[in-house]
Amino acid sequence: MTYEYYSSLALVSSVVVYALAMFAHAAEWAAARRLGVANPAVRELVDVAAADGRPAPSEMPPERSDTRPDAVEGRGQPDPASDAESSPSSRRRVEQFGRMGVALTVIGFLLSVAGVLTRALAAQRAPWGNMFEFTITAMVFVVGAYLILVWRAGLRWLGLPVTLLAAVGNGLAVTVFYVAVAPLVPALHSVWFLIHIVAAAISGAAFNVGGLMSILYLIKKRAEDRGTVRGYLGRLPDARKIDLIAYRFLAFAFPLWTFTVVAGAIWAEYAWGRYWGWDPKETWALVTWVIYACYLHARSTAGWRGTRAAVIAIIGLASFWFNFIGINLLVSGLHSYAGI
Amino acid sequence: MTTIKTREPAPESSKPAPQADLPRLGWRGGLRYLWTQLTSMRTALILLFALALAAIPGSLVPQRRVSPVRVTDFMTEHPTLGPIYDKLGLFNVYASSWFSAIYLLLFVSLVGCIIPRIGVYAKALRARPPKTPRNLARLPAYTASETANSDYDVLHRAAAALRQRHYRVDVGDDSVAAERGYLREAGNLVFHISLVFVLIGVAIGALFGFRGTSVVIVGQGFSNNLTQYDDFSAGARFTDADLAPFSVNLKDFDVKFETGPVQRGAARLFRANVEVTEGPGAAPRQEILEVNKPLHIGGTKVHLIGHGYAPKVTVKDAQGNVAFSGPVVMLPQDGNFSSIGAIKAPDARPERLAFEAFFFPTAMLDDQGPRSIFPDALNPALFVNVWYGPPKVETGRPENVYSLDTTGLSQLKEADGQPVRIGLKVGDGVNLPGGKGSIQLDGWVRWVKLQIGATPGVPISLIALGVAVMGLCLSLFVRPRRVWIRIRRGEAGPSVVEVGGLDRADARAGLTEDVAELAAELSQRPEDVSVR
Ligand code: HEM
Repeated sequence: MTYEYYSSLALVSSVVVYALAMFAHAAEWAAARRLGVANPAVRELVDVAAADGRPAPSEMPPERSDTRPDAVEGRGQPDPASDAESSPSSRRRVEQFGRMGVALTVIGFLLSVAGVLTRALAAQRAPWGNMFEFTITAMVFVVGAYLILVWRAGLRWLGLPVTLLAAVGNGLAVTVFYVAVAPLVPALHSVWFLIHIVAAAISGAAFNVGGLMSILYLIKKRAEDRGTVRGYLGRLPDARKIDLIAYRFLAFAFPLWTFTVVAGAIWAEYAWGRYWGWDPKETWALVTWVIYACYLHARSTAGWRGTRAAVIAIIGLASFWFNFIGINLLVSGLHSYAGI
Repeated sequence: MTTIKTREPAPESSKPAPQADLPRLGWRGGLRYLWTQLTSMRTALILLFALALAAIPGSLVPQRRVSPVRVTDFMTEHPTLGPIYDKLGLFNVYASSWFSAIYLLLFVSLVGCIIPRIGVYAKALRARPPKTPRNLARLPAYTASETANSDYDVLHRAAAALRQRHYRVDVGDDSVAAERGYLREAGNLVFHISLVFVLIGVAIGALFGFRGTSVVIVGQGFSNNLTQYDDFSAGARFTDADLAPFSVNLKDFDVKFETGPVQRGAARLFRANVEVTEGPGAAPRQEILEVNKPLHIGGTKVHLIGHGYAPKVTVKDAQGNVAFSGPVVMLPQDGNFSSIGAIKAPDARPERLAFEAFFFPTAMLDDQGPRSIFPDALNPALFVNVWYGPPKVETGRPENVYSLDTTGLSQLKEADGQPVRIGLKVGDGVNLPGGKGSIQLDGWVRWVKLQIGATPGVPISLIALGVAVMGLCLSLFVRPRRVWIRIRRGEAGPSVVEVGGLDRADARAGLTEDVAELAAELSQRPEDVSVR
């Protein structure tokens, strides 16, 4: 048995475990449906300076929910609507499914970290030489960031989309993108390449989480506008807050992405003798960058914040994914990764 | 005992905006300011969108600058669409007038946006924190607590605490006003100004830079003057005198390919040993040139960007004289280096000879036709078709060295009318039918393609980008915040310290906590305060 074998085994298992985690979160939400309007189980992550459409302060729970969401769940302000419909046992079930989801996600995370590390051991180099390796690394960053947020800020409501993304990401990696271990082609022997790829994986992770939140924002906002917030949606924080958290992710990702593109240009100079050659991959990296610059501008433009900004963030994510998958598979360019 | 009452951020819609209490530029000025801000941001937004959209076609339609061959293919495949695309500039998007128009407009708008903001910022730099609003309770974060300390003591401790937290502080009679986060706007300006410098750097590179390539056979050399380039392009302000007089001798070139089952044939190593002479009379120095490790010679960089094979052949004419001898550079056609080229012997007599040549480093001959199945030279073979014709008058017109112009030539045929095809292994020599002469494959050498170029503006762009990223981080992560503290004297009981706070940027965390912490600190007795 080789490291390569263990790596594949760990990654395939991680896909299964992430899928199970996703089902657990789905069950959590399904169970929550029957709870009617529940308290959003989140700790205040963001101070909302100008929250609109929220209940007046006197109606807010008097204590700040500084504790973990699980604790809040138990002793949170009883909500008349949910109390009428829900029994403690169904509340407990929601809680159990939620915890199960997070526990499975932790297991999936450890498996996928193990998959990346054994891959590195198998290849005897940093595991960032091709699309497969990039994807499994980026998924480690996505899930890692999510778990930190669950631990520090009670963002468990992000569990469903994140486990979905992780299952799909690693699933695509082990099926479509998989390439056997091989050394790097000479063009990739560069420290700038490593910097470039790691920065891309981290900012990509943040773009993905930010994009998922923007989607949740749009759904929640629509429900809020129609007054149909219940079940699943009732457990999300209010739209305004989702928007702010999404912004923080994207604001973190943007400078890093800028750096990623610059590092890529420097690497291109070493490898191909030019900083910028309008290669399809480079072009789409720039397009993605410009779209997120639009997003940041949109947020400070009256009439564009909120829904329109969220739509731009989603377009940005689409562009990121197109660059990653579409360009690699459809368009030939210098960046075509070895083996795929 | 002190009591602390902390409140959640207040919703804006349920009451007048708290900013209404703050001093303003005056409502006319304010409106105009808002209006310019709004319109220009809209413009910037639309132009940015346009830029993103305009960049897309260039990644989907083949580009002349990147791969002229694919453009030609596209034109033949789409006879109606092709010319339309060509008119629209879709084969050269990034130099097209509409693409240039968008980014130039964007940068005009950028400059138009930066200049007034520098003025505004210069004033803001010297500005004092805004006066304490009448009603602190209306601010998004607010805490009131009783204190037994003297007013003077509270205010001065508040001022000290805020200064320690890097606030700009004004102490009044019964209140303290403080503001921080001026660097946010500075960072934003630095970022936008840097973008202009990035463009300036790019423009300098485009005006004064040059880039060209030259194929150099192992054992031969390159000296940096225009005649030695195979292709060359330079900016409008470039002159030939800008070419530094260096030369590079290619002593040998190592290549290794993957021989294992995974990614078989992928490149694993390219390494050229070269001897660089900086100028006439300078001592030569030995250097190693690899992919990712260009040579730096003065301001010029030499990159290794390609390689291939040059079979060494000897052609004798009908009279038995050597009409041509030496390596012939052939162009690789696929990943296994099946290569094509032309061997020309214009000096052969009585008739000149020419050969269409195919070189396969690892030749495979089967019913699919001859081809190469591995990029390394494991089983090299040369295949030629033979042409002959009357001697040509030297016109001095440049000829393509890689392909054969057959005008004035006839193809050599067998007795049965089939064209003569000759296959040669290293060391093989074959007499041409009809006593036309002979051709021999003596061996082969490798050649490398060097790219020689200089892009003078790049350091400016790179430094500007570094500064831009730093400015961006300031702009995104600095949290502008205003805090006010007021003492309300109790008629009979203890005084009340009010602390109010306002965040001036989105997505800022911790305002409520900070305000509460400050209030707690101020309502403690001095002796309880741990010295920080
Ligand atoms: C080359 C094109 C441009 C790019 C890539 C770009 C990028 C950005 C980015 C990333 C931000 C976010 C930083 C922050 O939120 O503080 C920003 C903010 C801003 N940009 Fe631009 N920008 C461009 C052109 C312009 C132009 C032409 C204007 C003038 C109309 C402008 C005005 C602003 C303003 C006022 C802000 C601050 C918004 C705020 O404080 O929230 N930008 N820009």
